[in-house]
Parts: sequence; C-alpha cells; structure tokens
Amino acid sequence: MNETVIEVDDLRKRYGDTEAVAGIDLGIELGEIFALLGPNGAGKSTTVEILEGFRGRDGGNVRVLGVDPGRAGPAWRSRVGVVRQKETLVPKLPVRDLVRHFAGYYPLADDPDEVIERVGLAHKSRELAESLSGGQLRRLDVALGIIGRPELLFLDEPTTGFDPRARREFWGLIRALADGGTTIVLTTHYLEEAEALADRVCVLARGRVRAIDAPAALDGRAHARATVSWREGGQRREVRTDEPTRVVAELAGRFVDEIPELSVHRPTLEEVYLGMIKDDHAIEETSI
Amino acid sequence: MSTRPIAPRTPRPPGALRLGLSRGWVEIRTFSREWEGVLFTFLLPTVILALFATVMGGFFDMGVSAVDYFLPGLIAMGLMSVSFQTLGVSIATEREYGMLRRLRGTPMPPSAYFVGKTILVLFLALGQVVLLLGVARLFFDAALPTTVAAWATIAWVFLLGTVACSLLGIAVSSLARTPQAASAVVTFPFLILQFVSGIFVPVSALPEWLLNLASLFPLLWMAQGMRAGFFPDAMAGLEPSGSWELPTVALALGIWCVVGLAVTLTTFRWKNRKDG
Repeated sequence: MNETVIEVDDLRKRYGDTEAVAGIDLGIELGEIFALLGPNGAGKSTTVEILEGFRGRDGGNVRVLGVDPGRAGPAWRSRVGVVRQKETLVPKLPVRDLVRHFAGYYPLADDPDEVIERVGLAHKSRELAESLSGGQLRRLDVALGIIGRPELLFLDEPTTGFDPRARREFWGLIRALADGGTTIVLTTHYLEEAEALADRVCVLARGRVRAIDAPAALDGRAHARATVSWREGGQRREVRTDEPTRVVAELAGRFVDEIPELSVHRPTLEEVYLGMIKDDHAIEETSI
Repeated sequence: MSTRPIAPRTPRPPGALRLGLSRGWVEIRTFSREWEGVLFTFLLPTVILALFATVMGGFFDMGVSAVDYFLPGLIAMGLMSVSFQTLGVSIATEREYGMLRRLRGTPMPPSAYFVGKTILVLFLALGQVVLLLGVARLFFDAALPTTVAAWATIAWVFLLGTVACSLLGIAVSSLARTPQAASAVVTFPFLILQFVSGIFVPVSALPEWLLNLASLFPLLWMAQGMRAGFFPDAMAGLEPSGSWELPTVALALGIWCVVGLAVTLTTFRWKNRKDG
C-alpha cells in the first residue's frame, strides 16, 4: 500500500532576495509519520505552510491528497487537519462546546466526547478553554485538528512547553492516530521526538533537503563506527571501531571482573543531525 | 491501536447558512462572557442616557425633556458601538491570535464567518435599542414615537446605519497592526465623531468647517435620521438645514455601505502580518 499522500517536486519560494525554499523534492506515503527537522530559517515552516495551502509558491509541483493545495477548497480542507505552532486564542467557551462546534464544520466528524477523551481532556471538558494550562491548550489544538477525522494531519511543534511525562503521553496519542491510518507530517525541534515517532525524518537546511531516511539510518548512522570507552590505569581510554563486540570481548579478558566505566556509544540522532547542519549555524544565528 | 472505524468518504460539507447560525450562537455566547466588551460597548450608551436624564432633568431647555433629547443620538452611538467598535476590535484580535487562520484551516465556508458576525451585530444592535428604549420609557418617562411612519424611519436608519458601520468595522480591523492598535484605531475616531455628530452637542453649535468634516462620516447621518424618527416634526427647524433631509441621510449611509463593502472585500485577510 505505497500510496503517495504528498508529492513535492522542485518546490521553490523566495522572500525578497532570500530563497527560503530552494528546490525541495519529497514523497510522503499513506499512513507514515514523517518528521521535518532543520534549524530555524531552514525552510520548514514555509514548506509546511505551502503544503497546508496557507502560502503560495514561486515554483514547483505540489500534490497533497491528489490536489494542488494552492487551489484547494472546502472538500480538501475536510480531509486535512492542521495544528499550527502557536494557536492560543479560542472562543471563551467550555472545551466540550468548542469541540462540538468545530465538529459541525466537517462532513464526517468524529464523536466530540470521544476525541476529548483521546487527547486526555475529559476531566476538563466542562471548563472554559482559557482556563487550561499550556499543555492542555495544545491538546485542545490537537482535538480541533483531528475532530474532522483527517486523512492527513500536520503537527507543527506540537509538544513545545510540555513536561517530559506529558510529552510521552502525547506521543502515544500521535502513534494511535497513525495506527488508525492517519498520515502525519510532524515538524519538531526535539530530536528524541522525531526518533520516537517518525518512520522517516527529513533534514532541511538552507531551503534544501539534506537527507531523508529512517531515524536509525540517517546519514549512515546504523553503520557508523561505535566508540568503546573505559577507564584503565587512572585514564579514560577510547577506541573507535566497526566491531564493538570484539573490542568488548577482548576487554572482558583483560579485566578480572567489571570493566571500569565501560560504555559503547553510537552516534545519536542529535549528533548526526548537528553534524549535518554544522555549516548552517552561521546562517541560523543571523536569520533570527 | 485505535478502534476508529473506516468512514466512507462522501465529502459533502455542511451548508454555509447552518454553520453561520452555529457561528452566530458561538459569537453571542463568547461576547457575553467578555465583561469589558459588555460594559464598554453595550451598556455605556444606556448609562450615559440615565446620567444625562438624571443630572440635566431639572434644568433642561431644548423644547423636550433631557431623556427625549438625548435618546436618538445615544441610539445612533450605541449602534455604531456594537457594530463598528465591536467588529473592529474583535476581528483584529481574532486575526492576530490566529483564530481566523484556524478557521481558514477548516472546511468552514468563509461566508459562514460573516453570517456569524452579522447575527452577533444584529443581536447586539436590537438589544441595544431595546435596552435604551426600555430604560428611557420605564425609568425616565420618555415620550416614544406613536406613528408607523416614525418607526419605519427608525427601522431603516437602524438597518442602513448598522450595516455601514459593521462594514467599516471589518475594514478598520485590517488597518491595525496589533489588537492594541485596533482598539486605538477604532476608539479614537469613534470618540471624536461622538462629539461632532450631534450625540452630546447639537450640530448647529459646530463651526461650519467642522460640521462639513463630520458630515463625511456616517454617525452624523445616523443621529439625524434617528432624530427624524423620534423628535416631533416641529424640531426639524433646529437642524442646520432646517429639515430632516431624509433622502440625504439614506444616500450618505448607502454610500458608506458601498464604500465599506468595497474596502472590506479588498482588504480582508485571514492571516496576520507575521503569517505573511
């Protein structure tokens, strides 16, 4: 079932003299969680906003659910859910009334109470939306984004400001949505979030795609050399190797019992990512 | 492991009118929870009427009692308040904080949003008139019009004036860069207009240049039209031209409706400046 939900061909967008998106190609498959990573100013938001139909483009071909989002109408909107980076203002209504009201916009809306339950706001459903905490408001944003049972859901930095436990609960919600067949495009600054959720990640830098791969395989990470380190003779020792198992076995023979402070380290997604965007930091600093 | 059933896709979005009604209900409920709005845009004209009638009741010398004299002007002011002021500030706020954009991301037809605002304004405008008339009649023994013709005049001035001011409010919401600025952009001209449009001070007291300037804006014509409905015909002599000039009132408000609609259609944005 390799049905393509999003197809992007040589997408371009410039603001004045800056080429924010400089020729991006993407293909996102049905039911996948696809994460977009990249420093500020890399073109993530612009790309996502073009896919959401909120922004025009200067060049390239874009198909989202088979339709050009630049010309999409209400029928297309009813199949796409959008949770933006910052959505703070909601009418002064109880959570339940608000979700019910938004349900009315969609031809195939989900049951409002069930959606409120799923995002973990059941205990707040009678309270005014403005009385919610930051994390709870974010859950409400998600509830409003999924109430229409979207086939495709855009999540732009959904867990900013969450505490670690809330974030993990939220991940569970996102996985459940993906298991239900929803395709999810996730933009995030949290590498561990991308690693925990995404089937594939795409690293953008300077308006171009640096790499697209499974988080575990990004930039040859799965085959990268491991670093084995331990303490010996009062000193920290370190070996970079393709065969960490053999190195550890040898060490095990040298020491009578435990190998002091043994660790086997492979590059984390964060290290790989930081390595990829290293040249772009100067740009990032100036663009803020 | 979701139990979500796979729904057959028959995209037939709900109708604009039904959604508009639903939005109107949401708008009214939301408005009623904002006490600042209720106080400043809804109750203020009535409070001013009660104050004037009480304070000036004893020594008022304009041919009618104080409450009768100020009622038509304050109705005009109240109508402009619930349309121009309410929409100008609320739409700017909704735009700045992403509410409009959130709506744009749903299949809601844009017209449903405006139907909702129309319902809100009509509800507030009718409430405003009922409140002012009720307080004037019950507490200050105002003499209300008795002829059908007078009420008909009041009705069309009410409708044209409210529509013109609503469209201007929507247009003004696009001018402001922030909601705070919208509050100033809306309140400042509104306050000035109140003093030069015959709400508190008779227009005949204005120097000619100021009267000409004020005549460019709708509030003066709304107040004049309301006076035509509420005042006895003999008082037309107090108007600068010596008559009610109802055709001019209709023309001025009609022009503002057209101008307001044109500006609204060309400037309305769902996104704020930061959204690009």
